[in-house]
Amino acid sequence: MGDFTVLAVSCIFVNNILLAQFLGNCPFLGTSKKMETAVGMAMAVVFVMVMAGLITWIVDHYLLKTLDIEYLRTVSFILVIASLVQFVEMFLKKSIPALYAGLGIFLPLITTNCAVMGVCLINIKEEYTFFQALAASLFYAIGFGLALIIFAGLRERIDLARVPKPLQDTSIGLVTAGMISLSFFAFKGMV
Amino acid sequence: MIESILFMVGLGGCASLVLSFASKIFYVYEDPRIELVEANLAGANCGACGFTGCSAAAEAVVRGDEPPSVCVISNKEGVERVAEIMGMEAGTAESPHAYNMCEGGDRATNRYRYLGIQSCKAMAVMFGGKRDCHIGCIGLGDCVRACNFNAVRIGPKGYPVVNDDKCVGCGACQKACPKDIIEVRTLSEKILKFNQLSDPLAPCSQTCPAEIDVPRYIAQIRQGQYKEAVRTIRMRNPLPLTCGRVCPHPCEEECRRGVEDEPVSINQLKRFASDYEMNSGKRIPIKCAPDSGRKIAVIGGGPSGLSAAFFLRRLGHQVTIFESMPKLGGMLRYGIPEYRLPKKVLEWEIQGILDLGVESFTYVKFGVDFGLGSLVAAGYNAVFIGVGAWKDYSLGIEGEDMEGGFTGIDFLSRASKGEELDLGKRAAVIGGGNTAVDCARTLLRLGLEKVYMIYRRTRAEMPANEVEIAASEEEGIEFVFLASPTRLLDKDNSKRVCRIEYLKMQLGEPDASGRRRPEPIEGSETVLDVDTVVTAIGQSPDSVFKERDPHARMTELELTRWNTIENDPETLTTTIPYVFTAGDAATGPSLVVDAIGGGRRAARSIDLFLKGKKIEPVKESLQNKRIPESIFSRVPGVEPVPRVRMPERKVEDRINSFDEVDLVLGEQNAHKEANRCLNCCRLCYNPDKPAMGPV
Ligand SMILES: Cc1cc2nc3c(=O)[nH]c(=O)nc-3n(C[C@H](O)[C@H](O)[C@H](O)COP(=O)(O)OP(=O)(O)OC[C@H]3O[C@@H](n4cnc5c(N)ncnc54)[C@H](O)[C@@H]3O)c2cc1C
Ligand code: SF4
Repeated sequence: MGDFTVLAVSCIFVNNILLAQFLGNCPFLGTSKKMETAVGMAMAVVFVMVMAGLITWIVDHYLLKTLDIEYLRTVSFILVIASLVQFVEMFLKKSIPALYAGLGIFLPLITTNCAVMGVCLINIKEEYTFFQALAASLFYAIGFGLALIIFAGLRERIDLARVPKPLQDTSIGLVTAGMISLSFFAFKGMV
Repeated sequence: MIESILFMVGLGGCASLVLSFASKIFYVYEDPRIELVEANLAGANCGACGFTGCSAAAEAVVRGDEPPSVCVISNKEGVERVAEIMGMEAGTAESPHAYNMCEGGDRATNRYRYLGIQSCKAMAVMFGGKRDCHIGCIGLGDCVRACNFNAVRIGPKGYPVVNDDKCVGCGACQKACPKDIIEVRTLSEKILKFNQLSDPLAPCSQTCPAEIDVPRYIAQIRQGQYKEAVRTIRMRNPLPLTCGRVCPHPCEEECRRGVEDEPVSINQLKRFASDYEMNSGKRIPIKCAPDSGRKIAVIGGGPSGLSAAFFLRRLGHQVTIFESMPKLGGMLRYGIPEYRLPKKVLEWEIQGILDLGVESFTYVKFGVDFGLGSLVAAGYNAVFIGVGAWKDYSLGIEGEDMEGGFTGIDFLSRASKGEELDLGKRAAVIGGGNTAVDCARTLLRLGLEKVYMIYRRTRAEMPANEVEIAASEEEGIEFVFLASPTRLLDKDNSKRVCRIEYLKMQLGEPDASGRRRPEPIEGSETVLDVDTVVTAIGQSPDSVFKERDPHARMTELELTRWNTIENDPETLTTTIPYVFTAGDAATGPSLVVDAIGGGRRAARSIDLFLKGKKIEPVKESLQNKRIPESIFSRVPGVEPVPRVRMPERKVEDRINSFDEVDLVLGEQNAHKEANRCLNCCRLCYNPDKPAMGPV
């Protein structure tokens, strides 16, 4: 159990996928203008990251490793994740239309999210067991959501402030992101 | 090498197999139009339309929940193509346009800037409004920044001005505005807008039963834009000429100028603008929404029926009016006398409504010549009943039915039809309301020598308008107060009235209505010599349409104790789903503006009904309520300027003819009066003054 706590702290705070590893920056900037959108995106990421983490772990262990073709990992992961998202989309549309409507456009958008890909690759690189991989994916996703929601909250406030013209919008967004990232740096001492 | 290729092909094959099976298993039927519509949306998935992505927006369009113009960034052609896919003819889709509720007002002394705040939204968040006014425009231009089409700018007066040609109706400005100052609406939406608690409304607009945007048209008159002023009035009131003459203007009672000075002569200004249109001889074109193909029957051609017909027609529906009298107009024609509302004026006004394409049949009585069944069979989708209140109450005293005894409405309608009536030389009118006053003044004009008005209470309690009472005093009508008629007497059994006997009264304890109850004084019988007695003590709706209609459904229509039609005052629905009502038939005898407001409210419900939507009351409806902070009790800085007096005809001239008594204001005076308006609740920041506070 202790292991999982450490894993959680490490994935959510110390190695936060957005703020420490700088993956998934496009949705970070693109969907953080409004709180509502940020929450939608965070939910979709949690969902897809966990699914992708699972499937890619299985593919890696039972196909790539047994066939000794690990050098095809990146390519095959892309294929698997893309099909997975498509599949999940169809499944949700038929079976859980409410969830489908909630996640809406964010689901297909994640197909090309590097954070998802990154988490899958990290899982393999760190040689996690199946359950560790599962937990790590979930925690990374939570970390992603956390950072995104904090950022969206800040940006909504910044919208009301008087920002010099050249710094408005994305520029001030990037500056803010940098500062949050710095503050997350403080977690480095924890583990 | 080979194995890696084989592996990738295999993996790809598996994935596509799984996906193709999944697409069969998880197949959900989708309207093929959704895809077509989506292809014509901008495809940015920006979510600005309020949906999660373009496909969700496309679905909403196909469901019919959203107009083809749902996408905020697609251009006109895109919207037209979507309309085409949806089977609406290209171009017939109603296009929304931004509309600025706020016409600007007096300036707050300075613009207040707190630290970094430079947006309206921030200002609204920090101060719950603005420093001087909770309601008006803040003027920092969030709407300008929100507009992608450069259609909005902050005008010289500090409030947004919309360029109609550039506006695509995307709604971005409306979303950005924290004060609901700028709104994006289609014509239908504008017509069906009702006052809400959150609207920036001046006290007068809140009070007007027809909900006319008073300060807006006054401002337009001030600027010499008379046509625009008439258009503003017509958005809410199809009978401005009539109301400009006969409305007792409840709006003027709440006028804030009245707190420090005399209220603005609002109704005179309305009359000025609408008379301007009539005298110009050219009708201002009235826009209608595209045809909907629905048919509505309007029973009764009084103000409520005309109002419902006018608004329903403008919403694109096909309307037919059925009227039992020889001509349209209801009480306006057969009740209100010529000297207050000339028939020529009424004729011109009604023709304008018919010209929109409203059909009318006269001489047909609902319940007698036709009924609910025949309307349904003829393909009418909804029925509006605005039959008014035409049945006079009688006093129930001896001798009432003798020759020379009349009832109010009966007398007025016969007089206005020009019937020869044998009236003698002296007359008494019983009652103290507007109908009674109208009867008395009409009698005087018909050449009688002496006209008495007999009323149970005193002058202070008379329900008639003060102006009317004063006018009849001037004209020489004699008031007999605190008198209750007991019988009408004839001479030598001739069955012709020659005297009226009444008991004197005194005022006792206040009754439930707070007025002191008159009590008879024993043995105080007094007699007046008169040849004609008109009883005008109130009316109720004539329910013949219910009693005589053989259609089984009619039994479901419930009436109240006062014979009015049972209805929901917010939606004006009745106990039959497709029957609606308004006006005197719904409320009991009331005012023309009430009937007009009711007609529009009923039009809204009918429109919802025809579209298959649930008929719900307007959200946060203001009906009969006030926005508390807008009824300020002091208006500093107002220098008293007396209101412009209404010109009227001299007494000697007027009692000998039916010529109109009140005359219209001249242009100069109208400007003078319009300048007295304070443009309440529309106080904005002064864009020219430097900002105050820390920067
Ligand atoms: C003498 C008098 C003076 C007034 N003065 C003023 C004033 O100065 N200011 C003011 O604001 N208000 C005034 N009013 C009140 C005002 O006229 C009414 O409130 C208003 O006309 C009500 O409109 P309505 O459409 O509900 O009914 P009405 O105007 O009564 O119209 C009803 C119409 O339905 C028709 N009808 C009735 N039964 C049938 C049937 N079975 N089939 C077909 N058609 C039918 C009638 O012929 C009539 O044309 C006055 C009223 C009277 C009587
Ligand atoms: S001053 Fe003008 S805006 Fe204010 S209540 Fe009177 S008419 Fe309406």
